[in-house]
Formats: sequence, structure tokens, C-alpha cells
Amino acid sequence: MQQSNYLIRKVLFGLVTLAVVVGFNFALFRILPGDPVKAIARSPRLTQEMREKLRVEFGLDKPVFLDLERLKTGDVIGAFDTQFTAYINALLHGNLGISFRSRRAVSEILAERVWRTVVLVAAGETLSLVLGITLGLVAAWRRGTRADMGILLYALFSWGLPTFFLGIILLILAQGLLPVGGMVTPGLKPEDGWVYWTDVGKHLILPTLTMAIIYTSSYILIMRSSVMGVLSEDYILTAKAKGMSTFRILRSEALKNAMLPMVTIAALNLAYTVGGAIQVETVFSWPGVGRLMYEAVMTRDYPVLQGTFLLLAVAVIVANLTADILYSVLDPRVKAG
Amino acid sequence: MTMQQLREIGRAFIRRPAGIVGLIMLLVVVLVAIAAPWLAPYHPKDKIDVSPGDLLTPPDSEHLLGRDDAGRDVLSQLIYGARVSLTVGFVASFMSMVIGTTIGLVAGYRGGRIDSLSMRLVDFLLVIPDLPLMLVIISMWGRGLWKIILVIGLLGWTVTARLVRSQVLSIKERCYILRARVIGASHYRIAARHILPQVMPLVIAEAVLAVSGAIIAESSLSFLGLGDPTLVSWGMMLNFAFERAISRRAWWFLLPPGFAIVWVSVGLILIGSTLEEIVNPSLKTHHLFDPRRMMARIAGRVPKEPAPDHTALVETERAE
Repeated sequence: MQQSNYLIRKVLFGLVTLAVVVGFNFALFRILPGDPVKAIARSPRLTQEMREKLRVEFGLDKPVFLDLERLKTGDVIGAFDTQFTAYINALLHGNLGISFRSRRAVSEILAERVWRTVVLVAAGETLSLVLGITLGLVAAWRRGTRADMGILLYALFSWGLPTFFLGIILLILAQGLLPVGGMVTPGLKPEDGWVYWTDVGKHLILPTLTMAIIYTSSYILIMRSSVMGVLSEDYILTAKAKGMSTFRILRSEALKNAMLPMVTIAALNLAYTVGGAIQVETVFSWPGVGRLMYEAVMTRDYPVLQGTFLLLAVAVIVANLTADILYSVLDPRVKAG
Repeated sequence: MTMQQLREIGRAFIRRPAGIVGLIMLLVVVLVAIAAPWLAPYHPKDKIDVSPGDLLTPPDSEHLLGRDDAGRDVLSQLIYGARVSLTVGFVASFMSMVIGTTIGLVAGYRGGRIDSLSMRLVDFLLVIPDLPLMLVIISMWGRGLWKIILVIGLLGWTVTARLVRSQVLSIKERCYILRARVIGASHYRIAARHILPQVMPLVIAEAVLAVSGAIIAESSLSFLGLGDPTLVSWGMMLNFAFERAISRRAWWFLLPPGFAIVWVSVGLILIGSTLEEIVNPSLKTHHLFDPRRMMARIAGRVPKEPAPDHTALVETERAE
């Protein structure tokens, strides 16, 4: 009973978060100056009649949130015929607007690019998780030694390193050795099969490495402190007294118990990782949604900017919700939240 | 935080090499930022005459770090850039500190609905990807130093709020808070005079770390083309360098601003984590590490304390 209560609360919170993000996305592009649709519809170079037509076409003649006039006359359904409901309606139909620059549907552009970012983020997160868990475990076990100090220094240093700058340095260092830009050598097509995918793999090395070097540090620090917590428990002393080897204790006791929090941390870290993906994709011209966001900023392509932000935010929220649910399944103690 | 506490923290701080190194690294940048008009050979806003041959020239005696893609002196921009980074870092972090401490204090002390509401807000902000949100806000709102500071400061208080709340939750159960309550101290007085001083050292350690976070956030925004167009920041130098100088292999334009960011943020992280270590000592040992070797290491580093002088103790007892 409590378990299901916990899940319901988490799902509700996820839904509220999604609603706030959607509302924010809508409001931001109407409150802040610079909405080009409004600017076009107000242009003095158009005739009054033309302006009116444009306003109707963009739905700007409707009230923003709620039609109070119609609500007063008892027309409850009509009162919701507003810009906001039109926006929600379009969103539910997968309509995110049209790019100013390429004149294509934003949803189409995103669909084409999103898997590339998923591949990059998945590769980066996997590598940094593996590295972070290993190094954190070693650092906690050898606490106070030179190995621990070295690992901590690395974590501190990479914490202070901007992702994009590390990318630039790796790009300079690897020039001539590895492909430094794009996703695939021009000319190759997916139909080429093996050749194509190894080429993509080579292009993936530098961006993945950049993300891994930066995002390992937080996993190291969390793993280190949580393993240290586990190692100071009495049952570790018992295991040791029973003659269990250090390696076995580390593997079966410490790793198992310290791994649980990593599920939540990895999901929370995703919120930073997508920020890193924007920088890494910009540096290495990786044609995913991060690079798209940078291009949208540069060309003031607001529908694309809005759509990309919505996609990234929704992805992170859903990932966190999944992690919460997974965590409560893995660890039955999590009930009260 | 009493003077006594401050003195103790200071004494512990100067005994740690990491903290000292960090402090020196930060001080260098602060001094450079203050003395920028005297240190910089050129002013970044001066009108300059350039011919096409002056663009992206490598370092020479006249321009110690060469010239950028507009023929301007890189060293001078680097020196003035310290001002932007430090301003953004310290002001934004101060904002986050004030907001985070207030919310954490109120949430932890009052509990109930205020607590759960503000913690849900924290959860919410933690799930929203920061950088994309900042990109969207700044590109809609317009570029400017104060807008960048506001956005970074208003989005960065969550960690502090959580930290303060968890501290307050444990402090408010202590006996002296109960005593103060019984005597009739107001909630405001208890929060401000009895709880706040207890959490301040941790908050300050966290705020120092947040300065480096804010500096990195500003540089990322500037690198992505959303820096204040009227100022030259390190991130913006990297933006120009990346767009125009990388194919020319103009390392003198590309590397200095990047290493400047790393320098100041590593300095701040060293200070912040040293402070955290001092004010938040969780000196747990664990059972897998050979204690003899550990003792040997500690003994090798720390000078032996003189054996306690029992006669002196007896003397003071007598004097009383």
C-alpha cells in the first residue's frame, strides 16, 4: 500500500513538473520581448486588414489563458478557446511549429536528430559511470593513499574544467589522429553497413571522451563517500573477521550496497549531461539536438529553440521518474519517500 | 559564527596546503582584476588601426599573447576578462547563497506545508536542465551582464537550500533551542541568532564552490554566443577563437582564456573543499584499510604532540 502511494506521488510530481515546463515554455515566449510572430503581426508596413488576418491566423486575436467574458455569460467550453489551449492542442498533435530558418516542421527536425544525441549521451554516461564507480571504489578503499589523492585531484580538476574547453583541447590534440567534426565522413551512407558504423564510432570517440572526463568526477565523489560509509559498517568487519578476502568484500558487499544511490544520481546527472551535450556537440559539430540548439540561438530560430528545450526537459523529467520507480523496486526500504 | 570559530577555521585552513594554494590562485586573479587598468598594455575598447596583416599575429614583444581575429591585444582582453568572470561568479553566488539560506532556514525551521512546498520546488529545479533553460531565457530576454547574473543566481540556490534545511532539522532539536524557546525567544530570534550562526560555515564553504560553478556557467553561455556583447569575457574570447582562430592554429588566442577559467575555478574549488573539510568533519575510518600503515603515514606527517603534562593540570586544579 505504502509502496503504491510512493509511486503515485512520484508520478503525480512528474506530471506536475511536465505541466509547469509546458506552461513556462508557453509563457516565456509570450511574455518576453522578441516573439517574431507578434513582431510580424504588428509590422507597420502591412495594411490594417492584412495585420488583422495575420493575427487571426496565428491565433493572436484570442485571449492568452482564459476568456473571462465568455465565462461570465456561462459559455464554459468557449472560455477555453484561447492561445494556451491552442498551444496545448498543437503540442498534443506533435506540432511544435515551423522553423524560421529551414521552414520545416520543428518536430520533424527533432525526430531526425534526437537519436544522435541519445547515442552520444548514452555513450558518455556509460563510460563515466563505469570509470566513476571503479575509481570511486578504489579511492574509498585506499583512502588517504597516493592513489586516493590522485583520484581526488583529478575529480577536483575536472570539476573546474568547462566542458567546451576540454573539447577544444582534445580536438587540437587529436587533429590528424581521429575525426574531429561531424558524425560521419561525407559520402558514406547507412547502406554501407559496417564501414558506415565504424566510421560513426570513430567520430563518437572524442565527444564521448570529453563528456566522460567531465562527468566522471561527480560519480567518483559520490561513490567514494558512499563506499566509505559502507566500509565503516560493522558487517564489513565481521566479513573480514570470517576471513573473506578484501577483493570479495569489495565486490560483493561494498559494491552492491553502494551502487543503489547511483541510479538516482545518474538520472539527476542527466540534467547536467544534456547541458554538456550542447557544448560537446557544438565543439565537434555533432549534428544532434544540442548543436541544433546552438544554431537556433545563433540564428534566433525561436520555434526550434522552444521545441528543443521542451524535448530536453521532458526527456530529463521522464528519465528521473523512471529512475525513481526503478529505485523503489530495487530498494524495498523506499516507501515513505 | 563567533570570532572564536572564525579564528579556529582560519588556523585549520592555513595548515592545509590545498587551501593555501587555492587562496593564492584566487588572490592572483583578484589582484589582476583590480589592477587591470595598470596591468593591461592596451584598453580593450580603444580604437585601433589594423591592417589585414595584424589579424591573429602570434606573440611578439609588443603583444605578449599575440593578437586576436580583430587585431586586438589578447593579453589585455585576458586581464579585463578577469573582472567579468569574478563579478558574475561572486554576485551570482551571493544571490544563490542568500536565497538558498533563507529558503532552507524557513523550510527546516517551520516544517509542514512550507517545507514540503519549497522542497518540491527544489526537486523541480533540480530536474530542469540548467544550461538549456539559461540559453532559452537569455536568448529571449536579451544579452546582458546583469541578466546573466540574475539567471545564474536565481537557478543556483537549490543545493544550498537543501544543505541548510538538513542542518536546521538536526539543530532545532537540540536542547539549547528548546531552552531559548522556553525562555520566550521569538522564532525570528531563534532562527537568526541560534541556528543561522551554526549553519553559516557550511553555507560559506558551499558558496565558494558555487562561485566556480557560476564562472563556468557564464563562460559556457558566452561560448555559446550569449555573453554580454559590450564586455569581453573569457568565454566570449573562446567563442571568437573557436569560430575563427582554430583553423589558423592560433593557440595564443585559444588557450589563455580557457586556462584562465580553469585556474580561477580550480582555485575556488580548492578553497571551498578545504573549508568544507574543516567545518564538516566526517572522519569515519573503515575496516578494510590497514590501520598500521595509516597510523604510520599520519605519524610521519604530523609532529608528535608533547605528552600531556599532568603536573600542570594538578596545579591549575589547585589554583581554582
